[in-house]
Amino acid sequence: MLDVVGVKSLEQLYQGLESLFVKDMDLPAGKSQQEVARYFENLAAENKVFGSIFLGAGAYQHYIPPVVKSLLSREEFVTAYTPYQAEMSQGILQGIFEFQTMIAELTGMQVSNASLYDGSTALADGILMLAEKKKNKVLVSEAIHPRSLEVVKTYLIPQGIQIEKVALENGRTSLSDLKAKLTPDVFAVAVAQPNFFGVIEDAAAIGEAVKAAGAGYIMQVEPFACAMLKTPFACGADIAVGEGQPLGMPLSFGGPYLGFVGAREKLVRKLTGRIVGKTADANGNDAYVLTLQAREQHIRREKAASSICSNQALCALTATIYMATAGKTGMKEVASQCISKAHYLAAEMVKIPGFRLKYSAEFFNEFVTVTDAPADEIIRKCAEKNILAGLKLSEHEILWCATEVNTKADMDQLLAVLKEVK
Amino acid sequence: MKTIFEKSVPGKCAISLAACDVPAYNLDASLLRETPLNLPEVSEVEVVRHYTALSKRAYGVDDGFYPLGSCTMKYNPKLNEEVAALPGFTGIHPMQCECTVQGALKAMYTLSRKLAAITGMDEVTLQPAAGAHGEYTALQLIRAYHLDRGDTGRDKIIVPDSAHGTNPASAAMNGYTVVNIPSAVDGCVDLDALRNAVGPDTAALMLTNPNTVGIFDKNIAKIAQIVHDAGGLLYYDGANLNAIMGTIRPGDMGYDVVHLNLHKTFSTPHGGGGPGSGPVGCKAALAKYLPGPIVTEKDGKYHLTSVGGKSIGCVKTFYGNFLVMLRALAYIEVLGKEGIKLASQLAVLNANYMMARLKDKFPTYSSDICMHEFVVSCDKIKEEIGVTALDFAKAMIDRGMHPPTIYFPLIVHEALMFEPTETESKETLDWACDTVLDLVAEAYKDPAAFKQHPRKMPIGRPDEVTAARKPVLIYKA
Repeated sequence: MLDVVGVKSLEQLYQGLESLFVKDMDLPAGKSQQEVARYFENLAAENKVFGSIFLGAGAYQHYIPPVVKSLLSREEFVTAYTPYQAEMSQGILQGIFEFQTMIAELTGMQVSNASLYDGSTALADGILMLAEKKKNKVLVSEAIHPRSLEVVKTYLIPQGIQIEKVALENGRTSLSDLKAKLTPDVFAVAVAQPNFFGVIEDAAAIGEAVKAAGAGYIMQVEPFACAMLKTPFACGADIAVGEGQPLGMPLSFGGPYLGFVGAREKLVRKLTGRIVGKTADANGNDAYVLTLQAREQHIRREKAASSICSNQALCALTATIYMATAGKTGMKEVASQCISKAHYLAAEMVKIPGFRLKYSAEFFNEFVTVTDAPADEIIRKCAEKNILAGLKLSEHEILWCATEVNTKADMDQLLAVLKEVK
Repeated sequence: MKTIFEKSVPGKCAISLAACDVPAYNLDASLLRETPLNLPEVSEVEVVRHYTALSKRAYGVDDGFYPLGSCTMKYNPKLNEEVAALPGFTGIHPMQCECTVQGALKAMYTLSRKLAAITGMDEVTLQPAAGAHGEYTALQLIRAYHLDRGDTGRDKIIVPDSAHGTNPASAAMNGYTVVNIPSAVDGCVDLDALRNAVGPDTAALMLTNPNTVGIFDKNIAKIAQIVHDAGGLLYYDGANLNAIMGTIRPGDMGYDVVHLNLHKTFSTPHGGGGPGSGPVGCKAALAKYLPGPIVTEKDGKYHLTSVGGKSIGCVKTFYGNFLVMLRALAYIEVLGKEGIKLASQLAVLNANYMMARLKDKFPTYSSDICMHEFVVSCDKIKEEIGVTALDFAKAMIDRGMHPPTIYFPLIVHEALMFEPTETESKETLDWACDTVLDLVAEAYKDPAAFKQHPRKMPIGRPDEVTAARKPVLIYKA
């Protein structure tokens, strides 16, 4: 091969660049696959996988049916690039088309895309989709996930967009504060449903107020809650975004997860990321293609809607297969078990002296307790019993979560531990 | 092929959940969903058959040759999948106490140090989810760096016209005005054009080296000096790092900040469009602006550490695509110092070998040695017989190979951009070259018939115009 190329050595391929050669690269020698497998097994063993988990706060443990994992191991899905060549990528393109349909179905929206990085970047992208030239303020509920708010800030500041928070009342976004802040310079309002504290927002009333002020409305939603609660579309939202991790993706220390977006049809050309459309070939066969590419970076460059190229395609396929497996009944059943288990847990917790709920508002599968005992002490006692407690919000407040995987026996065991905390 | 929705039969459900063992809780009806939820109702075997059938209508690196330029479609070692699936990694919550995730933090820390060593940078964040997300993050660092110095007039990013489209798009997302400068025909920076473009309003030059034509820009030291003298920073688009790993480092070339694509250079699978991972490395002067938290080490313990008040904030809910990071770390651990270097050398050799075998039939854009990829043009063939780069791509599909990148870079007419990668054997490269040369003969024999490719796929060429004009984005019964 060197002869065909006309060089004598591999080094000669870099002839003329010697002055740039690295002097010393601080990297150890290679190892066998066997040794590396062992290295990772040891690393994995240094992590604690808890026997039962009552921590959510943006990452949720759910039952993952074996078909999901099995189908996702198919190499054609795993080792393909973005489906640029439609004729040899119909399977991937159709999978995305099904994903878009399921997201539209779940959110009640009319259009969707192939996925975004995660629930936080999806929120930032969604807010930017609603941006208008003459208005420069977005109102964001105080009950948005704090990390989502951080991402939104990071994305919006370079655009010169001002972010104002809307206060809470009993854990819910305050309608009166919202109305007071809905000034003519506000182009969008963002709320989470359920919100960071698990509380179910009066999303329809918020929608009415937002519409009356002529602003856009974006909801960050949890997928199972979507199967149970009034849809974002029905609440008047223009855009629904969310974190798709609960749909078949393990916790995995925070990623890869899945950002999704559904929107009203009028916003279709403002969507960021890849979009698949259905068309036909010359013989009239159904065909799927990447479409509306005039929004995208490789065509429009600096005028593109975003720079997104790689998204979270395999995670979107995970969610698609999960939703096909769970179907209409399964999605509703998981939602029902989540809310039922969280309510059982909350009701039993408040029977323990020194435990009370911070908010009396309706909640989905997360809730906040205020305790006499320090949160750290509660979390520590739980850990001793192989239980991952909720998220510490302050010295005496914890955000708890329950899903269909938490059995009554597990919850009773947690309650027994809590009773012992002084 | 029917969609999963068309296979739905009322009453079927493929998930098998334990019965609810607590009393059912019922919300007030006013809060409940009234819209029907039309998700598929299918059995387990139907789900399996449907998505297995879809997988058979897809093509991955495991199926065959995939010389998609700029995408580095190298083989994805199976070991990487195995380590990323360990329950000790998949079962941990991103917000559990750091004392319970020391293995995960150690893996992240180790990866970030190794990436720093490979790129010649001081600090690395693993947070960005993809290459373009890394670009976006890097530009935020650049912005923060200038503003923090009170240098508020730097509102322009210079981008060569040969650059990846993500470069100008990421710059615009950061509120920058993009200044496009022309490149020479080999994609190299026109130094005079650069000198004319830089000034007190220059925030940075975004540049990949080797460039998108596959040529190493030998003027890199001069380029760095021109940009730095003007007070700007130099940004490395890591899409082409696979050409130089272990031999030349962006940090030593004068770059200040770099993004990497773990799903290209570091062998993590692309998943049909992600998840990727786009770490950003930077010199010490930019470290205080990195997104937080970052992983630090002290006395053998690992910590998630806040970057401080000058951090740009964060670009993702948690710490990045963690399982993708593990795969990349496994790759680096196996290859080691010499293997990393050899991988790039072989990637360059393979590209040069293919180019040498094809250059008689297609004009190329490098007079001598290319790097890990090369660009040829179908312009002459198009002039003579009307056959285009697209036609060649579609014909390759019928011969069982993934086509190269087409119509990129924009500065080359009728471009075919081949990146064979180091993991292909001489036998595969010979087969691919023989195939392409045979297709040239086929094209000249009957150009009209040649334009009918592909014929062996489930569909022929789709009508993309109608798809964009009358978008159908969701299934409707």
